[in-house]
Amino acid sequence: MSSTFDTVANIISETCDIEREKITPESHAIDDLGIDSLDFLDIAFAIDKAFGIKLPLEQWTQEVNDGKATTEQYFVLKNLCARIDELIAAKGAAPA
Amino acid sequence: MRLEYFLLIDRIVELSLGDHTIRTEATVPTQSTIFEGHFPGHPLMPGVLLIETMAQTSGWLLIAMHKFTRMPFFAAVKEAKLRTFVTPGQVLTVSAKLVHDGSGFAITKADIKCEGKAVCNAELTFRLVEFPNPSFRASMEKVAAEIAFPMEVLHG
Repeated sequence: MSSTFDTVANIISETCDIEREKITPESHAIDDLGIDSLDFLDIAFAIDKAFGIKLPLEQWTQEVNDGKATTEQYFVLKNLCARIDELIAAKGAAPA
Repeated sequence: MRLEYFLLIDRIVELSLGDHTIRTEATVPTQSTIFEGHFPGHPLMPGVLLIETMAQTSGWLLIAMHKFTRMPFFAAVKEAKLRTFVTPGQVLTVSAKLVHDGSGFAITKADIKCEGKAVCNAELTFRLVEFPNPSFRASMEKVAAEIAFPMEVLHG
């Protein structure tokens, strides 16, 4: 079974045509990998499907816009994966 | 259809929140300035307007699902296939089904048929945002009434 990071990295690589080797847990999806908000919708769709969750993008965007959170908290991949694991745990679901 | 006003749906025929599906009908007008250029002496419904017709049909499904609290804005189209020509006067049946209801976005699959024959299909992505202002929402509600939007779904 793939780890959360491996699954997310593979999704990003396939969705955005980014070399898998360039994607690390420290990568910032926007600043380092150059993923824009439209491409991130494709990634969110694939992540939602793969893990059986619903990434709360609206809430995250609001928190960033309100200054209550930084983009690093949600878009550095190790942090994104931690959020995904939390959502999986909260839902009681298992990764696909 | 009123092509010049981008009102491409004539009426909602069926809308199921349980199945996340919608079916609409639209008759291509016999007269339009668009046909003067597309094409002179050989009028054809532009493919981009067929895609917009699928987007508007999907949009009404999403508006219903979110009970008029979110406005869908067309963001992406994938795998669009324009399978046959559409000419003035033809009656189109447009169907859409929700593929994914994400946070602040949604994905649908839609198709158009004419006399049972496949015309086109695509996968469509929408951003879902709050209505920009009350008058915008009011204008959408006015259009909804004109196309037989089933207002009862808002109270279900």
